[in-house]
Amino acid sequence: MSSALGTVYRDGETIVRQGEMGDCMYVVQAGQVEVVQSAEHGEQHLAFLKAGDFFGEMAVFEHELRSATVRSVGESRALKVDKKTLLRRIGEDPLLAVNLLQTMSHRIRDLNAELSHHREIHL
Amino acid sequence: MRLSAQPSVADSLSSFSTDEKAGFTLTDGSRIAVVGGGPAGSFFAYFLLKMARSIDLDIAVDIFEPRSFSRCGPAGCNHCGGVISESLVQILAAEGINLPQQVVQRGIESYVVHMDVGSVAIQSTAGEQRIAALYRGNGPREGGDAPWESFDGYLQGMATGLGAQVVRKLITGVDWREGFPWLISPDGAATRYDLVTVASGVNSNFIKLLGRLPEPLFPPDTTRAYVCEYRSSEREISRILGDAVHVFLLTIPRLEFAAIIPKGQFVTVVMVGDDLDQKLVTEFLLDPVVRACFPTDATPCVCSCSPLLNLGARSRPYADRIVLIGDSGVTRLYKDGIGAALRTGKAAASTAIFHGVSKAAFARHFWPACRRIEQDNAIGKVMFGTTAIFKRFRFLRRIMYRMARREQELPSRRPHMSSLLWNMFTGSAPYTDICRDALHPGFAGNMIMQAAAGLLPSGAGRKGVEGP
Repeated sequence: MSSALGTVYRDGETIVRQGEMGDCMYVVQAGQVEVVQSAEHGEQHLAFLKAGDFFGEMAVFEHELRSATVRSVGESRALKVDKKTLLRRIGEDPLLAVNLLQTMSHRIRDLNAELSHHREIHL
Repeated sequence: MRLSAQPSVADSLSSFSTDEKAGFTLTDGSRIAVVGGGPAGSFFAYFLLKMARSIDLDIAVDIFEPRSFSRCGPAGCNHCGGVISESLVQILAAEGINLPQQVVQRGIESYVVHMDVGSVAIQSTAGEQRIAALYRGNGPREGGDAPWESFDGYLQGMATGLGAQVVRKLITGVDWREGFPWLISPDGAATRYDLVTVASGVNSNFIKLLGRLPEPLFPPDTTRAYVCEYRSSEREISRILGDAVHVFLLTIPRLEFAAIIPKGQFVTVVMVGDDLDQKLVTEFLLDPVVRACFPTDATPCVCSCSPLLNLGARSRPYADRIVLIGDSGVTRLYKDGIGAALRTGKAAASTAIFHGVSKAAFARHFWPACRRIEQDNAIGKVMFGTTAIFKRFRFLRRIMYRMARREQELPSRRPHMSSLLWNMFTGSAPYTDICRDALHPGFAGNMIMQAAAGLLPSGAGRKGVEGP
């Protein structure tokens, strides 16, 4: 019997894979996941996400391939949110998008901070 | 000429300016009362305070709820089957509201539809547990030893976490003085509010008091459901019921439908029909189809209630400075009442914060959310009427059963009947979508094929075991 929602992922198990087409986003329910991106010089760590964080939202708003791979760190649990369900609800209640925009805005802020940090190092 | 039903930006601004002049907007120091601390009231308070914070508006919210959801049995319960639909679980997650493991009694991944002609299990197409079986209060009487938390209590905690105050008082009166609503408590004390949000449901007396206001508001039409809890062992519940909600479409007169929901050490039986009485309940429980999937070690009913269900609003659920949300106003027919509580609660909150608390503001910005639900319910009534016709005729029940079973056996097929049954009973999709799917030419074609297969000699075109 399980009283938990979503799917349980084992340590190291891939939840989404870079380059694949996606039709949903995920919300971490428990545990931790790691976001990594394949680059020319190997794999680059982008972020760790914990319970309450979401990922894969770019596939909901753009018809593009997944831009990163997300793997479970230890055992984790994540819930899928279907593109159709989400976009339909945003159509009825545009304020729902504000919640997603806030997180995406935080990510842009973090990226800007990281970019300026790299520039400082190279100057 | 307006091309869209949505109000234009210019209209919104002009209505906001009119409301501002008339004092119908919330300003720093405004006081808002929420009568009823169930999901609708808590969603409203949570979103109201969240939106107020986003525009630096300092308001005070009092939630009047005499019950404590930490108590077992009817004293801490909101009388409901306690299933959160697949779409609602996802929307809540997108809103940042993730249901903790202690609140979810069981994750549901399939529905089993039982008829006299056979039973068919319909799996979630998501391949994961996205339906939550839970308790609105702290579980049934005699459930004090279980380590669970109340869903309603969890949502209330989110509202208080943003600053809402829970007042453990019953409101016994409502008055209208100098253009403001006043709430009266049993000790005779009266408090003025800038907005009163009614989220007391249809099982409370408060909603009847609104008929005495200068602009009267009336309670919705209702019918009765029956909810009963049986204690069993977790092992037996898993063996008999699994992680599935069991729905019954039986030919028992006056019974619309019934369900058995597994939850921890209890199973919840929910029945909806006309004039539900003990005779009908007994007839259902003694039906061989029901007995075959009822835990063998279940104790007699430990906690039961006959709550009223909202069948449709009798008046527009708002007036100046008063708005009715959730079951008190407009909700979904039979299913997904908590989803409707989220929609109407959030629509009322955004109207109050961004557009004002006048009747005109609610008509323009809150009512469209209610109207969408009402229009969908009209289609829902047709769909439940059609289900009743299917229930009445054995050959139609056979077709329904054969179609669903075949679709589950051959997952590559487009699951017309499975989707219809899944969406009808999980409450996950609007009735309009279900109706559109039922009108798909493939659906009719499939039905005709199954009807023809049923006419073939025994054995040809049949597979598996059917009921008697």
